[in-house]
Amino acid sequence: MIEVQNLTKRYGPVTAISDVSFTVAPGEIVGFLGPNGAGKSTTMRILACFMPATGGSARVAGYDVFRESMEVRRRIGYLPESVPLYGDMRVAPYLDFVAEVKGVPRSARKKRVADVMDRCLIADMQGRLIRNLSKGYRQRVGLAQAIVSDPAVLILDEPTIGLDPQQITEIRALIKSLAGEHTVILSTHILPEVSMLCSGVVIINRGAIVAQGPIDRLVEEFFPTARVEVEIAGPAAAALEGLRAIAGVVGVAESGAAGDEVRRFVVESARGRDVRGEIFQLAAQQKWTLLELRRVGMTLEEVFMRIVAGEESQAEASQAAEAAPGAAVTEAAR
Amino acid sequence: MRIWPIYKKELRLYFTSPVAYIVLTIFLFLTGIFFSAIFSGFTRASMQVAMNPQMGRDLNVTDSVLRPLLGNMSIILLFLLPLVTMRLFAEERRSGTIELLLTYPVRDGAVLIGKYVAALTLYGAMLAGTLAFPAMLAYFTRVEWAPFATGYLGLLLMGAMFLAVGLFISSLTENQIVAAIVTMGILLALWIVSWMADFVPSPYGAVLTHLSIIEHNDTFAKGVLDTKDVIYYLDFTALALFLTLRSLEARRWNG
Repeated sequence: MIEVQNLTKRYGPVTAISDVSFTVAPGEIVGFLGPNGAGKSTTMRILACFMPATGGSARVAGYDVFRESMEVRRRIGYLPESVPLYGDMRVAPYLDFVAEVKGVPRSARKKRVADVMDRCLIADMQGRLIRNLSKGYRQRVGLAQAIVSDPAVLILDEPTIGLDPQQITEIRALIKSLAGEHTVILSTHILPEVSMLCSGVVIINRGAIVAQGPIDRLVEEFFPTARVEVEIAGPAAAALEGLRAIAGVVGVAESGAAGDEVRRFVVESARGRDVRGEIFQLAAQQKWTLLELRRVGMTLEEVFMRIVAGEESQAEASQAAEAAPGAAVTEAAR
Repeated sequence: MRIWPIYKKELRLYFTSPVAYIVLTIFLFLTGIFFSAIFSGFTRASMQVAMNPQMGRDLNVTDSVLRPLLGNMSIILLFLLPLVTMRLFAEERRSGTIELLLTYPVRDGAVLIGKYVAALTLYGAMLAGTLAFPAMLAYFTRVEWAPFATGYLGLLLMGAMFLAVGLFISSLTENQIVAAIVTMGILLALWIVSWMADFVPSPYGAVLTHLSIIEHNDTFAKGVLDTKDVIYYLDFTALALFLTLRSLEARRWNG
């Protein structure tokens, strides 16, 4: 439904995104993830036909965003990050205006606007001036204008930013309910949001795609091992040795001490191999007190941190490599 | 082309904010003052003529009331019409709503025309309000309607040009005040540019004269419909609208 190929956007000398490629299948909700300033909004603005790319191509709903912009625009709903709305308009007339501009036929418009207001829980606010609405309601009006024409593709730029926890839950539920009939790409830097809403994820950092795919697969790819956290009251050295000796364990690291005799360890084993039983047996045999034993779930957050941190250290390494020849020369001169 | 919804939206925004009411009120108030002053002056002059007939050979409603009234209205419009157009693009840009507007399935041209025609409609309402003055005149005296018609056509064309220039300037900035002041500056400069005509070398002097609004403004009120003047206003309007379209396009490319 969305195909992005080698998309590049430069603002003068600044490269916002370079060589970005990804695809989103119909009916999928994909999270577009990245730290602030990574190029999420730029990519979404190009997909929404707000501005053209410097290079590469993007197709939305089968049409090229640059050459067939009108066709694309008829099939998308867009919510920019800042949720720009006309403060001097009232909610219902505003949505009616959007529906009309987006080509909802006159006969269907009234019902469509009413449906969308119900769905976004803003029916009570329909007579209010938009500028008097709270942030949460503005966000919902923004979402309502995106879906009012029932578009095939929704492009939502940070749809839950700045909301209180309850509103976040409501908006998420709303977005989740859009899956299936709509293809959704939503950007965020809140990771649990992606795990909750999205089937797939595209991670972007410094203007380039660093990982993409289904969340489970990414987690597996970046964390091939399963981890168990153990807290034992007993001799540290013996415990470390004992844990290492368990079959299937690929690594044990001491992660801290809680008091004199209490040690914490993180035990890594091959994925799919559960070593908790053996750890218990070991502790029982040695008469150590097992205070805690729990499986550590690998989260998207850790994947993300690893990728972004990895990128950063790579960048530093390449900088160091560039500096190195110079250092070698001065060394030789001595 | 989906001009209609854009037009409706702009008109709605004019009348939900106080701008339209204030501009209408101030315009009618000021033109009312001018009308009373000019008409009172005309009445007194007529009385003097009644006592001293040979003085009054040139006294007529068209020259003594209509021309000064329309002249003064033009000056007021020069300062008020930039306030009508200042919001149109600057506010969309400041609040970011332009990002949504330009991703809806409407062409930039339709957005432009919708906004422009909405401004023209408000201006039409302003002019319609002043039709009370000729109506009053007609009650007291015999009025030549042809100069009135051409005079109002002239005002309409001039206002159309002011609005187009204002729309263009509004598309260049995020700040409504800047848009209004720059538009006023440009219009005022165009108004008085012919004053320089005598002081520059010959071909340029003629150009300056032709560029000046003054040179094209008074003929309509005399009842003369000169294609040269009509084309001046239409050309300027078309140029300003074309530049606005280009400016919208340029903004897209620059993000």
